[in-house]
Amino acid sequence: MKINNSFKTIALKSVMATGLMALVSSAQAYEPARTAECIAPANPGGGWDFTCRSVGKALVDLSYIKGNVQTVNMSGAGGGVAFAHTVSKRSKDDGLIVAASTATTTRLAQGQFPGMNSDQVKWVGTLGADYGIIAVATDSKYQNLNQMMDDLRKDPNSVKFAGGSASGGWDHLKVLITAKEANVTKLPKIKYLSFNGGSEALVQVVGGHIDAFTGDISEVKGFLDSGDIRVVAVLSEERLPAPLNNIPTALEQGVSSVAPNWRGFYVPGDAGNDSYDWWVNTIDELYQTQEWKDIMAKNGLMPFHKTGAEFTQFVKNQTLDIRILSQDIGLIK
Amino acid sequence: METLSFLMQGFAVALTPESIMFAIIGAILGTLIGALPGLGPANGVAILIPLAFSLGLSPTSSLILLTSVYAGAMYGGRISSILLNIPGDEPAMMTCIDGYPMALKGKAAEALAISAIASFIGSFIATIGLVILAPILANFALKFGPSEYFALFALAFATLGGITGKNQFKTLMAAALGLMIASVGIDISSGVQRYTYNILELFEGVDFIIAIVGLFAISELLFFIEKHAGEGLKKVTVNKLKLTMGDIIAVLPTSFRGALLGFVSGVLPGAGASLGSFISYTLEKKVVGDKGTFGQGDARGIAAPEAGNNGAASGALVPMLTLGVPGSGTTAVLLAMLISLNVTPGPMLFTQNADLVWGVIAALFVGNLVLLLLNIPMIGIFVKLLSVPPKYLMPIVTLVASVGIYSVSHSALDLYFMVGFGVIGYILRKVDVPLVPVILGMLLGPEMEKSLRHALVLSDGDWGVLFNSGLSIGLWTVAIMGLLLPVIIGPIVRAKMAKSKTATE
Repeated sequence: MKINNSFKTIALKSVMATGLMALVSSAQAYEPARTAECIAPANPGGGWDFTCRSVGKALVDLSYIKGNVQTVNMSGAGGGVAFAHTVSKRSKDDGLIVAASTATTTRLAQGQFPGMNSDQVKWVGTLGADYGIIAVATDSKYQNLNQMMDDLRKDPNSVKFAGGSASGGWDHLKVLITAKEANVTKLPKIKYLSFNGGSEALVQVVGGHIDAFTGDISEVKGFLDSGDIRVVAVLSEERLPAPLNNIPTALEQGVSSVAPNWRGFYVPGDAGNDSYDWWVNTIDELYQTQEWKDIMAKNGLMPFHKTGAEFTQFVKNQTLDIRILSQDIGLIK
Repeated sequence: METLSFLMQGFAVALTPESIMFAIIGAILGTLIGALPGLGPANGVAILIPLAFSLGLSPTSSLILLTSVYAGAMYGGRISSILLNIPGDEPAMMTCIDGYPMALKGKAAEALAISAIASFIGSFIATIGLVILAPILANFALKFGPSEYFALFALAFATLGGITGKNQFKTLMAAALGLMIASVGIDISSGVQRYTYNILELFEGVDFIIAIVGLFAISELLFFIEKHAGEGLKKVTVNKLKLTMGDIIAVLPTSFRGALLGFVSGVLPGAGASLGSFISYTLEKKVVGDKGTFGQGDARGIAAPEAGNNGAASGALVPMLTLGVPGSGTTAVLLAMLISLNVTPGPMLFTQNADLVWGVIAALFVGNLVLLLLNIPMIGIFVKLLSVPPKYLMPIVTLVASVGIYSVSHSALDLYFMVGFGVIGYILRKVDVPLVPVILGMLLGPEMEKSLRHALVLSDGDWGVLFNSGLSIGLWTVAIMGLLLPVIIGPIVRAKMAKSKTATE
């Protein structure tokens, strides 16, 4: 691969410049070309695990990486254990990537990784997103988002939401972002019920016990197929690709709420610039390949691609937005 | 009809070579674990969970492996009951009554074969019951809102001790311990951290799996060390099998009755396998009357409890799969594993994970057939395995447990936790505090808390919401009965069980 070669040359130059001691550590800068490690900060089976395994496999299949990409599951504190591990023990590791998503920025913004912030790692890029949705049971009185928001404006207690994240988590924030954009006041009064995962929350909505569901589009696919729920709005910039193109966006209903749950990576804060650039370029290229497009289609990932400086800025903005919103509603001080 | 086509799809999953392999491995390991006195099905599944993790099995394969272990352990329990008069696990206690006398008469092989056939019938009928009842209950489960779930969890806690439970106070203490452990970590209803002291590893709470493996597997190891149990059990020889078709036909009605009774007591929370085998045995004694030679080696006295406890084992899967509420210790352990694999049990499991559920149910059928085939011709091998010294067995168990726990999260801290739980488990068992309520407390406590808070949010703080539907009132009534009955009729039932046991000795 062309990229590999140029990367190796740059790395070689830096080796010569920094002397013998650095030779040992910089020799490991070759690692991304041969083997790499991807930390999934959760148990097998979840979104981060999927990100690591699918990207790892694609990188090896397309020979960006000659050896293999090993996925290591490191659960704890909603990604906090892996973040702390990366910052404190692996800060110079060039062969390490860590899966991240909006859940990571949410927790960083709310100070749920004590003493840590988003500047301590380098943000590589995203490879797609799962867009937020607001849904109701098929027999609900709400046909569209505006009816729901009208009711919330009159009485913020009138619509109760169920979601799969903890209180203050991304699913909860999606409702608040949307309500805020729809000029609903008294945001803290909106009731949100937290469940262990989207499907548990959906059952309660389908069963008629709770008014509305907030989550990601991938979580409701089975329920859409069986006709149990109606999605009143998808929180994306444009309509999703077919067969989901009949779902209206919040934007076209006059509420400018966009909530992508992106899937991407960060690398350690002191990883070499060469290796960082290599990862950014590789993610850019991988995103364009047919293989990755197939993986996205198969797993319901929607287009969403930002890398390098653009992504770093995006993470900064998102973190700031979430912090302000969380302060507004009294989740954090 | 729809159920049937789902079941056929399930068989497509269960009959892949990989699934059959895991069913066979599970059946063999389960039988062995069941046969070893002291190691019951809950321990067996707990010990093998790390194996599923360290092999990186898919949720379907893991569940097939572990339900086969579960079924196998229910079969295995009878072996030492019959040969040594030591029940391999608690539900196999009733099998001693007629099994051992039969073995003394030189008919050990016949006793083992008849009990294997009865076990098969028990499991088979109860699995059919599971196929019929589970989807119905799953549809019904949509009616469960937060207040109904709260009542259901209250019911699960109230019936924890079971009717045959000995000391309600110790059971409650154990459950309270589980609740305390479960309160560590983020409180999802408010997003606040509880008892985590800024230690990141504690933010998501204590992993059930670590607690389970520690409490069951590691404490078992400590017990073996203490007993210096270097030697295996005494060698037993089994006579050559002389079983006629007539012998089998004679126990068929008994087995069917036992299977049905077992299934029902399995589905009901708190009843479980021990009660299933006990009721089946007593009923059989009543039905047969004076014509039987119960207590002196009547074949029907083996068939009834075996069909009963195997039936109960499959029955206990019904509430676990459809409601996400385990009715017994072993199903609690299975539930913990499902949650760890990111599979959410509950009414939607049957539509959202149809492959997995029906694959596992079909695998139960396959596993049972495997168990029947294993248990008649190969019984000699299991009997030999019984005499493998624990000094070889326990290190293997510990190794598998440690590797498995480490491979889940790659955290050495988890291993310390596992050992810590092992020590706690050892101490609790020493003072006769049951371990299963600890696990149920850990599993159900947070769910119960969540349901209560949700119910109150939905009703804007009105506590009356907890009793506002016929369903929740019904559940509360059963819960209160479950709490009071053991106090009232528990001593009577236990006295009867003890009497029928001592009568044989």
